[in-house]
Amino acid sequence: MYKVLRASLLTIYATIILLPCMIVITGAFKTDFEIYTKPLSLPAVWSFGNFRKLFVESNIATPFMNSVIVSAFSVFFTLLFASLAAYAISRLMNLTGRVLFLLFSLGLAIPGQVNIIPIFHLFVNLHLNNSLLGLILVNIALTLPISIFILSAFFRDLPKEMFECAGMDGAGQFRIYRSIALPLSKPGLGATAIFLFVICWNDLLYPLMLITETGKKTLPLVLIDYKGEYFASYSMQFAAILVASLPMVVMYLFMQRTFQAGLTAGAVKG
Amino acid sequence: MALPAFIVYASLYLYPALSNLLYATQKWDGITKPEFTGLRNITYLLTQDDLFRKALGNNLRFMLVVVIFQTAFALLFATFLLKNSKTNIFLRIVFFFPTILSSVSVGIIWTFLYDPSYGSITAFLKAIGLGSHAPLWLGNERITLYSIALTQVWFHTGQMIVIYVAGLQQIPKELYEAAEVDGASRWQQFKGITWPMALPTTGVVVAYTTIQTFRAFDLIFAMTGGGPSYASEILVTQIYNTAFISQKFGYASAQSIVLVVLVLFITWLQRKTLRMNDGAK
Repeated sequence: MYKVLRASLLTIYATIILLPCMIVITGAFKTDFEIYTKPLSLPAVWSFGNFRKLFVESNIATPFMNSVIVSAFSVFFTLLFASLAAYAISRLMNLTGRVLFLLFSLGLAIPGQVNIIPIFHLFVNLHLNNSLLGLILVNIALTLPISIFILSAFFRDLPKEMFECAGMDGAGQFRIYRSIALPLSKPGLGATAIFLFVICWNDLLYPLMLITETGKKTLPLVLIDYKGEYFASYSMQFAAILVASLPMVVMYLFMQRTFQAGLTAGAVKG
Repeated sequence: MALPAFIVYASLYLYPALSNLLYATQKWDGITKPEFTGLRNITYLLTQDDLFRKALGNNLRFMLVVVIFQTAFALLFATFLLKNSKTNIFLRIVFFFPTILSSVSVGIIWTFLYDPSYGSITAFLKAIGLGSHAPLWLGNERITLYSIALTQVWFHTGQMIVIYVAGLQQIPKELYEAAEVDGASRWQQFKGITWPMALPTTGVVVAYTTIQTFRAFDLIFAMTGGGPSYASEILVTQIYNTAFISQKFGYASAQSIVLVVLVLFITWLQRKTLRMNDGAK
């Protein structure tokens, strides 16, 4: 009884996850009429017309590159700044360390989305709207608290003796950070990097607010544009979703474990 | 060493958060000079603004529905997938998959599935003879919010399964072996061992899911934009609309202050409940 129930529920759930994915993947190569009449069949003719249109007419390569640039720089600098801060906090548990930790914890309690109005005006005043640099700065600021939180948990788990030995051998704090703390917490850094990458790649709210110039838009923004522009053509929208999700999906296929660790670390490490 | 992080964080997180308090006391269209109005924004918001009350109610209903179903499904499927067998690991990978997609992609996919003329859900209902009962999933004011809640559950249950599996695997096997010797049924084992031992994990899952529902802006914006007639408006979509569509920046700041207070209150409440349960054990 239990076994039958378990097997059927698992099958139903897997179907509910996989069917929409199948519809989108095959649909991108189909005609719209085929999507409506035979959503689950393979395309009668595999057509790349939608993709050609996306790259030639809609120039999806530009938002794709914008997303790559914004995500790469945001993740790199967040990791750098957060790991330095997390190292300082977890190693120097003196008053400064505690005050810093408390300050960054405040950022965990306040949802970043409530800052949209002051950030908008600040960035307009600094001419950082319609700029990829602006998006990168926002991303860093918003993800720093949670990254510091996750990374300090990793640093605290490292054996203290290693740091003490290195300290006695005359290594400075930067040296210990670079040659001991960072290499030893590679899994933690990897998981945090994936976590940040997913956030930056997929974010809509801040780009929506800060970016109006076509040439500066990121992928989620143009997906919204296409939803209006190609509202009559789901096959076009599906093709755009495939292009926008491809990097994530490929990375996920090779690193499921790191993804699962990274995208749950934010919850668990707290 | 913490200096770079501190500078970015203080200038682009703490400073904006503080200036939000100042904005909230002003009447400001974003162009002309702001006018100081004291607490008028907040009092109007809390006593007379029906739309805000609607968004607040929607937000709380959306939160409750998603938290209850997502947590229940995640716990159920985590108990199914507890052992690290090849099939189970594969299924966890499948169930987790939607989490890596963007809210916008998920929103577009489900807009199609819910499409009243062409969508696959309607087609499926027609195929099993229920076509005439197919509602307007995203067009009917009474159900839109729940349709989006269903999408949100599809989107993030896999993530919570992974958190639950990690938590449940910490429960000592001996407890189950002893229960089995005593002849306890599966349900009794769940009630007597799994549920109480998993309470801390449940706390994490509930807290995380709650925060996610307050952040559902991207998904709702991609699916309905808050409509029809504000039926799926939650607090963040309303803050966005107040500021960037109606150009009332001061008022939108006041709304976001209420959002902060609400989130802090709910977090505090959940922590307290969890601790009470811990004490009862």
